[in-house]
Amino acid sequence: MIINHPLLGPRDAQEFTFLGDASLIDRPDWEAENAAEQFYEYAYLRDNPAGLHRELWFHETGDRSWLVVTRNTLTHEITDVEMASDVARSKGRSK
Amino acid sequence: MTDNKQTNRLTGGQIDTSRSLKFSFDGKNYAGHPGDTLASALLANNVRLMGRSFKYHRPRGVLTAGSEEPNALVELRSGARQEPNTRATTAELFDGLEAKSQNRFPSLKFDAMAINDRFSHFLTAGFYYKTFMWPAAFWEKLYEPIIRKAAGLGSLSLQEDPDEYDKGFLHCDLLIIGGGPSGLAAALRSGRAGAQVILADEDFVFGGRLNAETYEIGDQSGQAWIAAAIAELEAMPNVRCMARTSVLGAFDHGIYSAVERVSDHLAVPPKGKPRQILWRIYSKRALVCAGAIERPIAFENNDRPGIMLASAMRAYANRWAVTAAPRVAVFTNNDDGHRTAVDLLAKGVKVTAVIDTRADAPRIADCELLAGAQVIDTAGRLGLNYVKIQQADGSERTIECGALGVSGGWNPNVHMTCHQRGRPVWNDAIAAFVPGDTGTPGMSVAGAAQGDFSTAAALQTGSDQAAAALHDLGIDAPAIDLPQAEDTPVNLQPFWYVKHGKGRAWLDQQNDVTVKDVKLAHQENFRSVEHLKRYTTLGMATDQGKTSNMGGLAIMAELAGKSIPEVGTTMFRPPYTPVPMGTMGGRARGKHFHPVRETPSHKYSTENNATFVEVGNWLRAQWFTKPGETHWRETVDREVNAVRGSVGVCDVTTLGKIDIQGTDAAQFLNKVYANAFAKLAVGKTRYGLMLREDGIAMDDGTTARLAEDQFVMTTTTANAVNVYRHLEFVRQCLFPDMDVQLISTTEAWAQYAVAGPNSRKLLQKIVDPEFDISNEGFEFMACREITVCGGLRARLFRISFSGELAYEIAVPTRYGDALFRKIMEAGQEFDVVPYGTEALGVMRIEKGHAAGNELNGTTTALNLGMGRMVSKKKDSIGSTLSEREGLNQPDALMLVGFKPVNNADKVTAGGHLMTKGTPKDAEHDQGYITSAAFSPSLNSSIGLGFLKDGGNRLGEVMILTTPLTGADVEVEVVSAHFVDPEGERLRA
Amino acid sequence: MRYSGLRVIKEALTGHKGWKPAWRDPEPQSSYDYIIIGGGGHGLATAYYLAKEYGKSRIAVLEKGWIGGGNVGRNTTIIRSNYLLDGNEPFYEYSLKLWEGLEQELNYNAMVSQRGILNLIHTDAQRDAFTRRGNAMILNGADAEMLSVDQIKARYPFLNFDDARFPIKGGLAQHRGGTVRHDAVAWGYARAADSLGVDIIQNCEVTGFRIENGSCLGVETSRGFIGGTKVASCVAGSSSRLMSKANMRLPIESTVLQAFVTEGLKPVLPGVITYGAGHFYCSQSDKGGLVFGGDPDGYNSYAQRGNLPVVEDVCESGMALIPALGRARLLRMWGGIMDMSMDGSPIIDRTDINGLYFNGGWCYGGFKATPASGMCYAHLLATDAPHEFATAYRFDRFRRGYMIDEKGMGAQPNLH
Repeated sequence: MIINHPLLGPRDAQEFTFLGDASLIDRPDWEAENAAEQFYEYAYLRDNPAGLHRELWFHETGDRSWLVVTRNTLTHEITDVEMASDVARSKGRSK
Repeated sequence: MTDNKQTNRLTGGQIDTSRSLKFSFDGKNYAGHPGDTLASALLANNVRLMGRSFKYHRPRGVLTAGSEEPNALVELRSGARQEPNTRATTAELFDGLEAKSQNRFPSLKFDAMAINDRFSHFLTAGFYYKTFMWPAAFWEKLYEPIIRKAAGLGSLSLQEDPDEYDKGFLHCDLLIIGGGPSGLAAALRSGRAGAQVILADEDFVFGGRLNAETYEIGDQSGQAWIAAAIAELEAMPNVRCMARTSVLGAFDHGIYSAVERVSDHLAVPPKGKPRQILWRIYSKRALVCAGAIERPIAFENNDRPGIMLASAMRAYANRWAVTAAPRVAVFTNNDDGHRTAVDLLAKGVKVTAVIDTRADAPRIADCELLAGAQVIDTAGRLGLNYVKIQQADGSERTIECGALGVSGGWNPNVHMTCHQRGRPVWNDAIAAFVPGDTGTPGMSVAGAAQGDFSTAAALQTGSDQAAAALHDLGIDAPAIDLPQAEDTPVNLQPFWYVKHGKGRAWLDQQNDVTVKDVKLAHQENFRSVEHLKRYTTLGMATDQGKTSNMGGLAIMAELAGKSIPEVGTTMFRPPYTPVPMGTMGGRARGKHFHPVRETPSHKYSTENNATFVEVGNWLRAQWFTKPGETHWRETVDREVNAVRGSVGVCDVTTLGKIDIQGTDAAQFLNKVYANAFAKLAVGKTRYGLMLREDGIAMDDGTTARLAEDQFVMTTTTANAVNVYRHLEFVRQCLFPDMDVQLISTTEAWAQYAVAGPNSRKLLQKIVDPEFDISNEGFEFMACREITVCGGLRARLFRISFSGELAYEIAVPTRYGDALFRKIMEAGQEFDVVPYGTEALGVMRIEKGHAAGNELNGTTTALNLGMGRMVSKKKDSIGSTLSEREGLNQPDALMLVGFKPVNNADKVTAGGHLMTKGTPKDAEHDQGYITSAAFSPSLNSSIGLGFLKDGGNRLGEVMILTTPLTGADVEVEVVSAHFVDPEGERLRA
Repeated sequence: MRYSGLRVIKEALTGHKGWKPAWRDPEPQSSYDYIIIGGGGHGLATAYYLAKEYGKSRIAVLEKGWIGGGNVGRNTTIIRSNYLLDGNEPFYEYSLKLWEGLEQELNYNAMVSQRGILNLIHTDAQRDAFTRRGNAMILNGADAEMLSVDQIKARYPFLNFDDARFPIKGGLAQHRGGTVRHDAVAWGYARAADSLGVDIIQNCEVTGFRIENGSCLGVETSRGFIGGTKVASCVAGSSSRLMSKANMRLPIESTVLQAFVTEGLKPVLPGVITYGAGHFYCSQSDKGGLVFGGDPDGYNSYAQRGNLPVVEDVCESGMALIPALGRARLLRMWGGIMDMSMDGSPIIDRTDINGLYFNGGWCYGGFKATPASGMCYAHLLATDAPHEFATAYRFDRFRRGYMIDEKGMGAQPNLH
């Protein structure tokens, strides 16, 4: 596979390490009332769709960026690649 | 000059008859010519019998003239280069070639296993599922060994392959798969347009089917046109023509694998050359010009040597100037079969008859045509003698022939279009499957591979499809002048198998699958294509059903009363043709399997008799044997005693080192470590325990605060990469606005542990005098940037893994070797020793430090005795989920130490702990030993382990059982801190 | 009809006219007591044991394609019970015992071949871990033996002992491990279940669940609604896709695992070997092909095909371990979709929806589990209580912190 890195252009997927669903960005608030339940769902439950999947790849032998790759799990077609830090900020994550 | 033994050699052909090549088959010597394949040379020498079938051991000759060959498989070469299952039809002849037939005993002509053929009534599809069940134990002991011995095809030498293999990357705009007329037209058009083109063909000559035909292209011979086209293409710097190169598989995003057979046409690879190269071709577009494969018609005893595809018979005659026999016949359901008769007649071969299933078959000059007739049987034990015909009027007669060309029509070669699960679709006009949606972005198909069988259509579609593909890329490829070429329409009446008779008619010749087997599968309800395939093994042989799947499918359709596409379709998986494991392995063999990482002290260690151990890709010194030492334990005990008694030095560079900088660096560490870091003072180091989000211990190590906004973290060797990745995840994905930057400096700093009561004295000789490293000036857990040896920048940490007064000192890696030697030199007065990972391990067990064996991915802070380290006052990765009930059981496993009650006994890592007096079974299991060593300090075997409620069981005597060896020893539960539990030494 | 050598002879002499369909192709009835979704090994085994061991009837197996077309038909055919943890080892040992009697039980020769499995050891830490595992196996009533390098050399002289990047230091053997003809497992269970009245309905895709007031009343299918008192999902590889139709999210991700076979060769490998320093395990089929595999591709996929880097990685490992393989040819490769669970262990449990049950999350260990999975799932369906060997395979173990993590990789499915 080839991942079109937003900063570096097309790179071989072998340069990357896969983590999993991009929902791992949505880490719950530890002080929430039902934090235990939220963390359980965050860590363990997945949509695991057959189709478009937003997922985290780490450019391990490259520039060490975490990317959010939108990829079709039925065809492996990649339709979007974003910097994970941008995605995280867009979801309101900060410090 | 034709060798006078080559009795079946004709005139012409693309062979160099001016030169003769000697070769042997089953020990008998023959001669052929450059340009021959093993198959064509054997046929020239009147050898039709080349192999035996898999199950019935039926005598077999060639069916095809290409890589789809199911029958003529041989063991090529000898010794360590012996190569089983080589298709004689693609093996290029070279002088001195050695080949042996395979899967027969004692000889090809007299194969004792042919007894199976006599019992074929009993050995129908799937018979083995119905028997060999009683008694149960007999399967492994009796039935299976017999079956295994009889099965298999060729044999491996079991010696290491002496040849080398390479791998490489190629990039192109357009990959053209197949160099026949469509591929050549595509290459010409795209090459002239300036596109980067790769043209690959599995054959050793380009031209594809044109080489096997007598067609003219424009006003020149097919061969002359090919030669001109290739000459033009090879002159283009933007085109790479790759003969002997099979494209194997279509992978995601335009990546294809291909094998180039660099040296297979030579006796041995030239010096410095690989046998084969695996190419990964990164293409923007790909055009499949893979042609078509003729399909046979099934009839009784259609597998005798001499019976082959009509196209193969024609190829042997036209390209290789060979006929399988002086008298031949043709059996066909279409006009193309007639060409075989015409071409062989033109070569002077006697064609005894053309048997055409069509009542209205066109006439043919100079040869008898039997229209509306069928072949109903054949005869000839080791080779065809005659065929039996049923004529249109029902009468039967025999036709003498030593070879029979069979044509049931052509199947587009859709193989590559299926690799990404594209499904071929049915085309009634040619009664064959053609590529449908290939499911492969960037792939298109031209020529016979998409069902355009005439040469003119191949040229046209090749040219057009190339232009269309390049248009997608924004490359304008102007039309090219295409020469006039043959444009014969397909004229065919679908005909799959002869229904006459009760004998066996073969579909899959290698696996001995007959029409009857398909009928039986239908009868037993194995009716889906996949059930049919798996139950009968149809299409599962080395040719993957290239010539057999269609027939099976058609018969199943007829039995089920459905159309062929209703029953299913043919599917293929990579690779296109089988590829040697050696090629796939490339150079990653032996010591080169993985790269080696050497530590900065590697050279010193080598010079000083170190034994090395693999730690991931690192090679670390395990111990340093001194003259006179006879056992590794002796060496390790000495190293441990030297450290505890005076001073030793150990290379710990392999530990991960991560530089963490920024105004939020402390806050960041507070997130990734379970324990608090925010208040760590500058110049201090702290032990940190890192959890995964699921609350399980991930890694541990020390982190030093060099400045308000700079920390240096160390990780375990094993987790260096994972931890770094995790930290970047936390930084980028969870806290993107933290002002913190990370970089791995594992390889930037050489780091050595200097440990032992004399370590300070030693270091004082190295550290520049302006730096006070006295106990007061540089206390336990201090860290500082210093200089050594007169100005070399270095980092000093007062941390201890051994439990002794100890330091870790780091210098830029390029000074690592020099520093190690300097330490050894400066330490001479203290009898300093270098020590390896084994002594390191012994001392950490003596000290009760957890390491990889304890941080095994299932243990929690609580298990490790660090439960209270997990701060509840802050959010850190893993803190919430670490509170789950299952991770906080009252009798949770706790890390404790173990000592044998009887000093002579041994504590074994991996042993399980049992309460005395309870049964030794899983139900009563109390825990296990994670690490064990002989402690020279205690003069006893000791161990660390996890024990249920271990913290409250100190002093208990338990049974340590190792059922694997049968050893049971009594051990006492003790504190994990065997040496200096109060920690006085490291603070000294 | 009963299969036997005698029967084969009789049929051979009478033109094989007497062989009956191995299973019927019935039309679906309007409702069943038990609907098992998924005609793979586990689903068919479940149906068989429900009928045979628990005396249940009105059972249907619904298969969207052809039976045995999922992972039971695309694996590397290995059986073993060399597990470490309490939640797993008794279950897999139970499964191995069921394998040992399977052919007589089913009257179908699935070629259960106990030629042994050997896990090679390359580091001291690996030896410690395998010692712990081997001991755990024996404590659970399984067999295990630690082999020395010399013992391994005697059996596998062609492994790389002299020039290895990661030298072989020993191996943990389970002699009762081995291989089974994988397709035959599906067919054997199907035939046996069919003969007990189970309706096996192929080409019947479940498109939805009918759930009212928290209870599952049946399934919508490509062949219409079929009512069911108990509906049992058994579609490992597609678990998330199916259960999403009941609005369930699972602790599972799907990845592709590739497998490979070489051309047929005369016998080379007597048993199964696994490389401890690379991603490679291998056995030789009765037909002579070397069947091998390695790690999953590592990204989420439902595509049933993988990519080249893993192909190369697996073959490189094979060549590193067995340099004599160089001239054997890789014939075919394929991919199966794995239900990778969050701790690498499976789930056999009820769901929060009445009447809806779940079996999945087998990662790439599902084949060897087939008999025990079928038995334990049947037990759950019949009694609404977990089978004694499957008590740990609960959904709530993640919420409560009772993971069964053999590899210690945590909640990252592609690493299990």
